[in-house]
Amino acid sequence: MLTRNRLLASVSALLALSFVAPAMAQEPIKLGEINSYKVFAAFLDPYKKGMELAVEETNAAGGVLGRKIEVVSRDDNGNPADAVRAAEELLSREKVAFLIGTFPSNVGLAVADFAKQKKTLFIAGEPLTDKIVWDQGNAYTFRLRPSTYMQTAMLIPDAAKLHKKRWAIVYPNYEYGQSATAAFKKLLKEKQPDVEFVAEQATPLGKIDAGAVVQALADAKPDAIFSSLFGPDLAKFVRAGSERGVFKNMTVFDLLGGEPEYLDPLKDEAPAGWYVTGYPWQDLKTAEHTKFFNAYKAKFHDYPRLGSIVGYSTVMSAVAAIKKAGSLDQEKLVAAMANLSVATPFGPVTFRAVDHQSTMGAFVGRIGVQDGKGVMTDWRFVDGKDALPSDADVRKMRPAN
Amino acid sequence: MNAPALQVPTLQTPVLQVDGLHKAFGGVQAVEDVSFAISAGELLAMIGPNGAGKSTCFNMLNGQLAPDSGLMRLEGRDVVGLSPRAIWRLGVGRTFQITATFASLSVRENVQMALYSHAGKLRGLLARFGTALKEEADALLAQVGMLDQAERPCGVLAYGDLKRVELAMALANSPRLLLMDEPTAGMAPKERVALMDLAARLARAQKIAVLFTEHDMDVVFGKADRIIVLDRGRLIAGGRPEEVRNNADVRAVYLGGVH
Amino acid sequence: MTLPSLLIQLLNGLTDASSLFLVSAGLSLIFGVTRIVNFAHGSLYMLGLYMAYSLIQLLGRTPLSFWAGVILAAIAVGVVGVVIEMLVLRRIYRAPELFQLLATFAIVLIVKDTTLYIWGSEDLVGPRAPGLTMAFDILGKRLPAYDLLLIVVGPVVLGLVWLLLTHTRWGALVRAATQDREMVGALGVDQAKLFTSVFFVGAALAGLGGALQIPREPANLDLDLSVIADAFVVTVVGGLGSLPGALLAAILIGVAKSLCIGIGTTSILGFEIDFSRLVLVVEFVIMGVVLVLRPYGLLGKPPAVVRAAGSAPPPLTPPRWPTALAWIALLVIAPMISDDYIAALLIDIACFALFAVSLHFIMGPAGMISFGHAAYFGLGAYAGAVLLKRAGLPMEVSFLLAPFIAAAFAVLYGWFCVRLSGVYLAMLTLAFAQITWSIVFQWDSLTSGSNGMVGIWPAAWLSTKSAYYYMTMVCCGLGIAFLWRVLFSPFGFTLRAGRDSPLRAEAIGIDVRGFQWMAFVLAGAMAGLAGVTLAFSKGSISPSAASISQSTDGLVMVLLGGVETLTGPVVGAGLFTWLRDGLARETDYWRAVFGLIILLIVVLFPQGLVGGLKVLLGRWRESRA
Repeated sequence: MLTRNRLLASVSALLALSFVAPAMAQEPIKLGEINSYKVFAAFLDPYKKGMELAVEETNAAGGVLGRKIEVVSRDDNGNPADAVRAAEELLSREKVAFLIGTFPSNVGLAVADFAKQKKTLFIAGEPLTDKIVWDQGNAYTFRLRPSTYMQTAMLIPDAAKLHKKRWAIVYPNYEYGQSATAAFKKLLKEKQPDVEFVAEQATPLGKIDAGAVVQALADAKPDAIFSSLFGPDLAKFVRAGSERGVFKNMTVFDLLGGEPEYLDPLKDEAPAGWYVTGYPWQDLKTAEHTKFFNAYKAKFHDYPRLGSIVGYSTVMSAVAAIKKAGSLDQEKLVAAMANLSVATPFGPVTFRAVDHQSTMGAFVGRIGVQDGKGVMTDWRFVDGKDALPSDADVRKMRPAN
Repeated sequence: MNAPALQVPTLQTPVLQVDGLHKAFGGVQAVEDVSFAISAGELLAMIGPNGAGKSTCFNMLNGQLAPDSGLMRLEGRDVVGLSPRAIWRLGVGRTFQITATFASLSVRENVQMALYSHAGKLRGLLARFGTALKEEADALLAQVGMLDQAERPCGVLAYGDLKRVELAMALANSPRLLLMDEPTAGMAPKERVALMDLAARLARAQKIAVLFTEHDMDVVFGKADRIIVLDRGRLIAGGRPEEVRNNADVRAVYLGGVH
Repeated sequence: MTLPSLLIQLLNGLTDASSLFLVSAGLSLIFGVTRIVNFAHGSLYMLGLYMAYSLIQLLGRTPLSFWAGVILAAIAVGVVGVVIEMLVLRRIYRAPELFQLLATFAIVLIVKDTTLYIWGSEDLVGPRAPGLTMAFDILGKRLPAYDLLLIVVGPVVLGLVWLLLTHTRWGALVRAATQDREMVGALGVDQAKLFTSVFFVGAALAGLGGALQIPREPANLDLDLSVIADAFVVTVVGGLGSLPGALLAAILIGVAKSLCIGIGTTSILGFEIDFSRLVLVVEFVIMGVVLVLRPYGLLGKPPAVVRAAGSAPPPLTPPRWPTALAWIALLVIAPMISDDYIAALLIDIACFALFAVSLHFIMGPAGMISFGHAAYFGLGAYAGAVLLKRAGLPMEVSFLLAPFIAAAFAVLYGWFCVRLSGVYLAMLTLAFAQITWSIVFQWDSLTSGSNGMVGIWPAAWLSTKSAYYYMTMVCCGLGIAFLWRVLFSPFGFTLRAGRDSPLRAEAIGIDVRGFQWMAFVLAGAMAGLAGVTLAFSKGSISPSAASISQSTDGLVMVLLGGVETLTGPVVGAGLFTWLRDGLARETDYWRAVFGLIILLIVVLFPQGLVGGLKVLLGRWRESRA
């Protein structure tokens, strides 16, 4: 049987490969990248393309420190233990310069702690958890994307302006949803002390019982709903709510609802009028974005998603850090990361020295439907630095190290 | 109809005394007012057509089933409600109608298992099983004629051989009472006689009371000291083989169809 | 909650119940007849959704094309079921119990990657059912017409299947086979045809269950695993092989979930309790309670007479000293001649090997299948982390105490589990594992919840890779040696005796349950040791260590190596970990390749890898003799 032979051949090839350390030569600078490609495929497929574009552009421009760059990617299966093993392999076998990537909070935190232990730079691209730069922040870990707290804070001005008194909340039952809910309640209460939170629904990730949840929220007779659902949960929630007429005349906020990854599948059922953060790629005409957009489109014949932006900017941040450090020494790299400025499709961002969070911002707006597709309307860009707590507050949260 | 009086031929306390045993499943009386006794060294056969209640009786005697009412005394001690384990500890050995042995263990290990259990040595975590009690196991196997197959796993044995292994295991705790449910089923006629000869010899020599069921009437009438007859849960006759053979009731409900 | 709300939530619960029932019905049928624990049932459900999506898109948006699409999708999935049965499962019906689970695990991996390849990674939101997009007003609340329709579909399908089972010859055969599989063979029925047809019906039911969800659920790649656990829970709570039981269980679970959501946050005795947070575990709580009270499920019957085992597992052979010493020598020099990564990989393999050996300890010799062994792995890991970070104990003390804490939980859980047997026992272990997982997942102040705990690094003297490597080898090596030693002790022989014949064991004075309980505790302690060893090597621990997928990995390792051999679990753990690690590097579609390799092993070595090699070795020796 052909397949059997080929399988056997590839197995033996694998056997041979994994026990022979690759030879070292004058090689490109390797960036060790870890992500849950198979578990969060919808976000990470575009992310990977964004990275590829960044590598291509960097190398076309002559690379960095006179060497080309290369991203060595590993799939962590969504499991922190696998991620740490992959990190180990990238460092000791692939001899990567440092680590980038990760998606879910638990994997991000595990790799961050590993980086601290190994005294190796880690640029977390996507994990949203506030803890990675605050409560559990460390000297070696930096994070690109605006955190749960920041994205929530960006929505607060709109929420407070509406003066809705009774709020119902629904969130996926894990770190991201819990922090989003906590941040929303705290920040809104500060702006609008008379606010009441009349119902809270924690739904198992990926398994929302949408009909029952929508009904339970409606029963609490809220004036507005704050949701941090995304992906299939969001789609189910939107459909169940519109079928039951719950969203008619209801103000709804959804934290990530404007990201193309989660908005596009809804097509003409995208819930018009919802307040969201996201990425209005169709209408964003800044010079930085147009350049990125055209290059991406030419290379992949597809439009970029938010993941593409994050993947692209993560690699660009790594490149900028190497350039600024002028070396691959970890301490120099870490020092370079502080106050490092990076050009991204969303404009320049800075990695703050105080908490290692970048000032990357996000777009806040409302969902509309155009030509049978969901889009963002009335959007504005909120700079990340305006959505962060004061430096004094941040210092209080961050452990001293 | 009165249950036939069953006099114990000797004056000593019987090994097993059963009085007014009842067991019903749903509305069906499986065993109804059964009483009998066995003394040491005696072979008592329990016979009756299929469904007469023999296996139910056996299962009550070794604790697998609890009787609805009635008395069971083992050497004067009430054993109603005790678990099979507790009854075994009081000195009751049993073989099953469908053999039950440990298929993945060798013949010798099967017997050693019973011996270890009797010696209270099962809980050892680090000792090597099988090093102790080997001679004792081999002696028992020699008794039943299985020593030459001691190394073979039970899973591959012929049925008749399994019956003999079971017997060896049942003898491991030097029982006072041996319950044998169809001990010779599946054996060649010659083997049957040999096995029951062996049982009889052991019973006499070690003063074991043996209660057995059997379909082979040659074995029953040839080997039993006494016979009791069950029909539809009731005891309808009992006595020496020749008495039972001539009993009209027995002939009517049971032997009538055979002879 | 007001009365109208309660009523609406009950109706919501019934809609979900109907959906749950449809998936479970097929699973129940397949298990009843073939005794295969079909892990790929969720994948068939997922395929149903994807196929319905594509078919409806192809056929157009009229009511007729919608329903035609749903039915065709169900039939197509049925055909996939037939293909799976004929190409793979048919070859391994004679393999030891549960081995087929390994094949279906491989199929899950292959189906997942194939689906990704065909349909892409983006979630696909299907159309709403044409003609049924309206909603009805019930007591001032609106309920979608399609949801009401679904409530009816479950019982209707139950009725149809019941008619099929009671009024056709095929149905009579299926019922006979469910009660007594060997009988059917004796009746001269073509068993292969019967099994194939049952697979068709079972798979088609799963496909139908998926296709019917198209207006309610986006087709996405996580559906397979999220559905399979639900389907097993419903099947077992209802009682294996009982379709009315499955419906009853589905209603119980569907309504319980809806009520948890409906009640929301309530204060009881001054405590604020958020019932919605219970949703992720409520079905497992129900399963635990049902199985403790009714060991064969709501409407299940005790399994028919178990015959004297026809094919007993072969006797175990202890490892030979020369081989063992060679391995030890190799492991001692490995880190000296290689890099840190090999050490890291070998640490992972050693921990999983101990985990797999501890699972094998209860699965093989003690005859107790566990679907929830990760509970003790996770508990050991978390015990070490909590003692270190929360109680502030030194690393060495935390490390040493961890296995005892895992064992303490095994004492508690085991006491209930050993009262059951077979799949029921396996599912009760799963219930306890999921309850443990959900507590670990949500108890933020103790375990840091879903984030997991970080900063769990070993003491200074163990902080280099090679120091920790040797510590791992000593701990896991001793753990494995201890469990193997026990298997050849009087205790271990007693376990095997109790597995071979509980009847005989009790009749020679053995307290079978007591021994099984003790075995459960020993295995739990060793799984805990494996967990804590791994946690300190990674510096972090997250709830996935106690998750279903961790339990499944353990099962796959044991089965891959061969459950009837001693060294099988170690080989299985090594191969599994190394393959998964290596394949992910070589190809994007590593899951499919991994699945194919497992299938290859399954078909070539139905006794597992070590079992198969032993057979080959035996044949070779014979041919030389």
